[in-house]
Formats: sequence, C-alpha cells, structure tokens
Amino acid sequence: MSRTFSFGALARRPEAGAALGLFAVLIFFAIFGGVTFLKPSGMASWLNVAANLGVIAIPLGLLMIAGELDISVGAMVPFGAMTVSVISGHYGLPIWMGIAAALSFGVIVGLVNGFLVIRTAVPSLIVTLGTLFAVQGVVLGLTVLITKSTSVALKTEGVAKVMFGDFVLGGQMQVMVLWWLGLTALYVFFVHLSPFGNWVFAMGGDKVSARNAGIPTERLTMVLFVLSSTSAAFVGMCQAILYNSAQVAGGQSFIFNAIISVVVGGVLLTGGFGSVIGIFFGTITFAIVTQGIYYTDFDRNWSSLIIGVLLLGAVLMNNTFRKMALSYAPKKGGK
Amino acid sequence: MAAPILALRGVNKSFGPIDVLHDITLEVRAGEVLCLLGDNGAGKSTLIKIMSGVHQPSSGTIEMDGTSVSLPTPRAASEKGIATVHQFGGTFPLMSIGRSFFVGVEPTRGFGPFKVYDRNRANDIAVKAVRDFGITRIDDGDRLVGGLSGGERQSLAIARAVHFGARVLILDEPTAALGVKQATHVLRIVNEAKRRGLAVIFITHQVMHAMAVGDHFAVLIRGAVAADFHKGEKTREEITDLMAGGASMASLEAEIESYMNSHGGHPPPPAQ
Ligand SMILES: Nc1ncnc2c1ncn2[C@@H]1O[C@H](COP(=O)(O)OP(=O)(O)O)[C@@H](O)[C@H]1O
Ligand SMILES: [Mg+2]
Repeated sequence: MSRTFSFGALARRPEAGAALGLFAVLIFFAIFGGVTFLKPSGMASWLNVAANLGVIAIPLGLLMIAGELDISVGAMVPFGAMTVSVISGHYGLPIWMGIAAALSFGVIVGLVNGFLVIRTAVPSLIVTLGTLFAVQGVVLGLTVLITKSTSVALKTEGVAKVMFGDFVLGGQMQVMVLWWLGLTALYVFFVHLSPFGNWVFAMGGDKVSARNAGIPTERLTMVLFVLSSTSAAFVGMCQAILYNSAQVAGGQSFIFNAIISVVVGGVLLTGGFGSVIGIFFGTITFAIVTQGIYYTDFDRNWSSLIIGVLLLGAVLMNNTFRKMALSYAPKKGGK
Repeated sequence: MAAPILALRGVNKSFGPIDVLHDITLEVRAGEVLCLLGDNGAGKSTLIKIMSGVHQPSSGTIEMDGTSVSLPTPRAASEKGIATVHQFGGTFPLMSIGRSFFVGVEPTRGFGPFKVYDRNRANDIAVKAVRDFGITRIDDGDRLVGGLSGGERQSLAIARAVHFGARVLILDEPTAALGVKQATHVLRIVNEAKRRGLAVIFITHQVMHAMAVGDHFAVLIRGAVAADFHKGEKTREEITDLMAGGASMASLEAEIESYMNSHGGHPPPPAQ
C-alpha cells in the first residue's frame, strides 16, 4: 500500500491527458509564435478568455460528471448581462440590486432546469435546449419592450466595479481571473477533498445505485444546475459591468467552448469520470489555442481547425489514459 | 428453532394482467444459504426484487424475525439489513475501490467546513474488508473497480454489504458470467458470509454451484415453488430434472448416448 509519488500514478489521473495537451499546445505556440504569449502582457489575453470560460466550464463539467448537461448557459450569459444593465443602467437603480437580480435569475433558471430534469424523464440536453431558447426569447423580448433597443448601457463605480468589472495588475488582466482562480480552488476542495465530491461521481456512475446508497441525487442535481446557470449569469453580469454595456445577442459561443474545455479536460461525456484540475487545464488549453494564433504568422481563421484537431486528439488521448487507469493492477504482492 | 430472518408468506405478484409469482412461501435463516433455482423467466429476479424493496407484492406478506414488514424502497430494505449484489458486482466502474466502498458514508477527517474525505482510511478499510474474505490480490484501494475481475468485483460488493451490517445477502446470478476459477472465488465468499452468520439467497441456474454452497433449495417453475428441500434430500440429477420443468435430463442423456452408440460415436445434429 505504498503512497509514494510515481509517474504511473500521475498518468492514471483524469487530468493526465489534459496536462499533456496543454503542454503540447504551449510547445506548439512557443515554436510558431515565440514566447510573447507567456510574458505578462501576452498572458492577460488568454487568461481573460480562460477565466470567463472557466467559471462556467467547471460547474458544467461537474454536471457532465454527474451525467447531465446544461446548454442553457449560452442564454444565461446575456441574461445576466442584460438584467444588471436594465435594472441598474436603464432604470438607474442601485448596482447591488442589479447584481442581486442577475444572480437570482441564475438560481431560478437553474431550479427550473433541475426540476424539469428530475420530474420528467427528458434528457437534460433537450430540457436545457428548451430553456436556452426560452431564455433567449425572454431576454430579447423584454429588452426591446423595456428599452426599445438591443443594447443597454451601464455605468458602474466604486466597490462593485472593482470587484466585478475592473482590470487588475497593471490594467490588462480582468478581475474575473481572480474569481476564476478562487472558484477553482473552492471547486477542487468540494469535489476532490470534501465527501460531497464522491456523490457527484457516484451519480454519474450509476444514478439508481447512488440513490440506494443514500445519496440525495435529486437535491444534488438541483444544486449542480443552479451552480451552472448562476455561474453563467455571473459571467454575463461581470462582462456588462466591465464593458459598461450589454447586448441581447452573444453567449452561444460559451456552450461549445465550455463543452470543449470540459472534454479536453478529461471528463467522460457519459459521466462518472473527470476532475476539476483537468477542466482547468482544458480551459487554459482552449484559451491559448484561440488567443495564441494571434502571436503566430498563421491566419487566425485556422484556429478552428486547431481546436477541432485538439478536441479529437484529446478525446482519443483521454480514452487511452482511462483504459490505462482501468487496467492498472499493482505488481502481484505476497499471496 | 429461532424465527427465520426473512420469510415470504403466500406472496403473489402480477404486473397488470401478467401473473408472475404464485403463492410463494419461503424462509431463510441465519447462517444458511438458500439457493433459488429455476429456468430463465421462472420469476427468480422478480422474487428477489420483492425481497429487496424494488417491487411490492400484489398480495401476501414479508416477515423479518417473525414480524411482518413492508419494504417500500430499496433503501428501506437495505436499512433493514437486506443487501442485494447484482450480477456485475461493483456499480461504479470508474471509481476507486476505496471511494466506491464508502459511497454515501464517506469517512472524513478534520473539523466543521474543513472536513475532508479520508482517502487513506477509506482505502485501508475497504482493502482489509475484501482481504478478510480471502481476496488477497486486492491491496491498493486506489485501483478502479472497473479494472477488477468479475469475481473480485462480486467479492468487493459482498464484503461491502457485510461491512455495513447486512444480515441477508441476495446474490442474483453472481457466477453466471464467470469462468470456473472466478466462480470458485465467489462460492468461497458465499461460504465465508454464511460462516459469519448471514442468511444468503443465492440465485443460479448452475446446479453444481448451488450444490457447492446450498443448505436449502427452492426450485421455481413458472412463478411457483415447485420444490423446497434441504441439502442431501435430492441428487444432482433430480434437481436438474426439476429445473428443466420435469423433462428428464437423464432420459435426454440416455437418448444422446444411444444415438452416439448407433452412429459410431457422433453426437446427433443440433435440433433446428
Ligand atoms: N416489470 C415487469 N412487467 C411485466 N412482466 C415482467 C416484469 N418483470 C418481469 N416480468 C415477467 O416475469 C417473468 C419472470 O421474469 P424474471 O423474474 O426476470 O425471471 P428470471 O429471473 O427467473 O429469469 C418473465 O416472464 C418476465 O417477462
Ligand atoms: Mg433473472
């Protein structure tokens, strides 16, 4: 029962493939783009992308580990942005009211998603596809009705601006990066260190057995849906505060980008396997590919090709690593 | 004699218009292995689903220690000490041995909000529990359950049930998918569970496996108990015949033998 460090043990971890993928991408862009993107000024560009994506990708990844999916995050980003802008920009109410409303709507949509998934036997892909369109419709309809426009300005000052929508460390890195790092640490604690994480994995492995083992699977499903849609609303809200305005459109790109980050990060699409650190690596990898292309001589239109290849490569590599983990048996000890 | 741990009295079960079980009366006692035999479709799985809280009987009663109980959910059954181990044992193939052993009852260390899952303790207890059942090849609690052999997984699941205080162990065809050696492992573990005083309900349609561990046998034919007898009361051939629903296996064997004798040692062509 040795618990010493070994490369074999590292390779069997869910994030092994993601770490290798990140490494490969770093090498690739260091060769073709120089090391500028690893200098503080260059880092901000992909860290900002990774942070906004990562805050959504981790709870989405947890849902996927638990065997569910939430694509309504694509509508929750503009919903969060528009809520705070309409309340605190258009109506001029205190910013904290706008923030509270944006997050509350996140909780409500999460509860609706969770409730529908639990009560109907409809797969969460379809349920959240429904809420994706429903929320998009509400955002567009209400915004135009209230403001007669599809874009709303928001002026924020003071603590709220500093906390949610400002730049830090010399003015290029968004404060979201700090949120992302802090939230990642919290998720690592809850998923991998606290006993609750085990429940998420058990649920994705076999929901019926998990319930029979006494895990409150329905409550946990609700919590995970609330986390993902509230996180998406949070990101939208922060973007509105950062850019001083909100648009009804946009946000759909988060759906695919977050799923790609999660899958590149080693989460098994059918549930039951993955890690927060893997998702973290997957998100950084994705962000570096989309931003690193600007530092190379390649036309940036090629970045989708790289992402496609990366995704397929990552899935194949993760499958290999998972098989290694499954077939691993320590050398026969004394009988 | 002490009351049986678990008893069914006149249990019937129908799904809508389909009657699956008829007037089943069965008992199982501590330290006893009850083998439930029967052809495919005889109703064995339905019967154990009633005992494990998955289905409710349409009529009849379930008794534990002589008093009537209801088992509305699998959870209620497991709280009363009735544990079911399914054919493929471990249900969480991508979880580690330690983590899957403690699903729902994770051991922790630390205080208040900083309580963390105690991986070392979980691994040590889980590994020790299986090793106590004689599976000495398992010595690393970080291994994934899906990487274990079929017999090891069954053993892990049985060890887990026993560790958490099961009194009745229900095994649905634990040996069906296993090779000879693996099946022997599982049979040895069934014996160990029995030695520890558990009541074991063992479903199989391999008469050899039943004879190896059984104290008490019940043969189910089309949803009814066709025979209920104890060890030594019937021969292997008689049991096989019973399971085949009366069509005598011995006469079939005799038929094949005479065919081979008259055809220069060739077996008959397979029936279409
Ligand atoms: N939920 C159900 N609804 C209707 N019929 C069922 C159901 N479950 C089992 N049956 C029927 O009951 C019979 C016995 O099935 P089962 O208990 O699985 O048999 P065994 O495990 O002995 O092979 C079969 O004919 C099966 O079709
Ligand atoms: Mg069956």
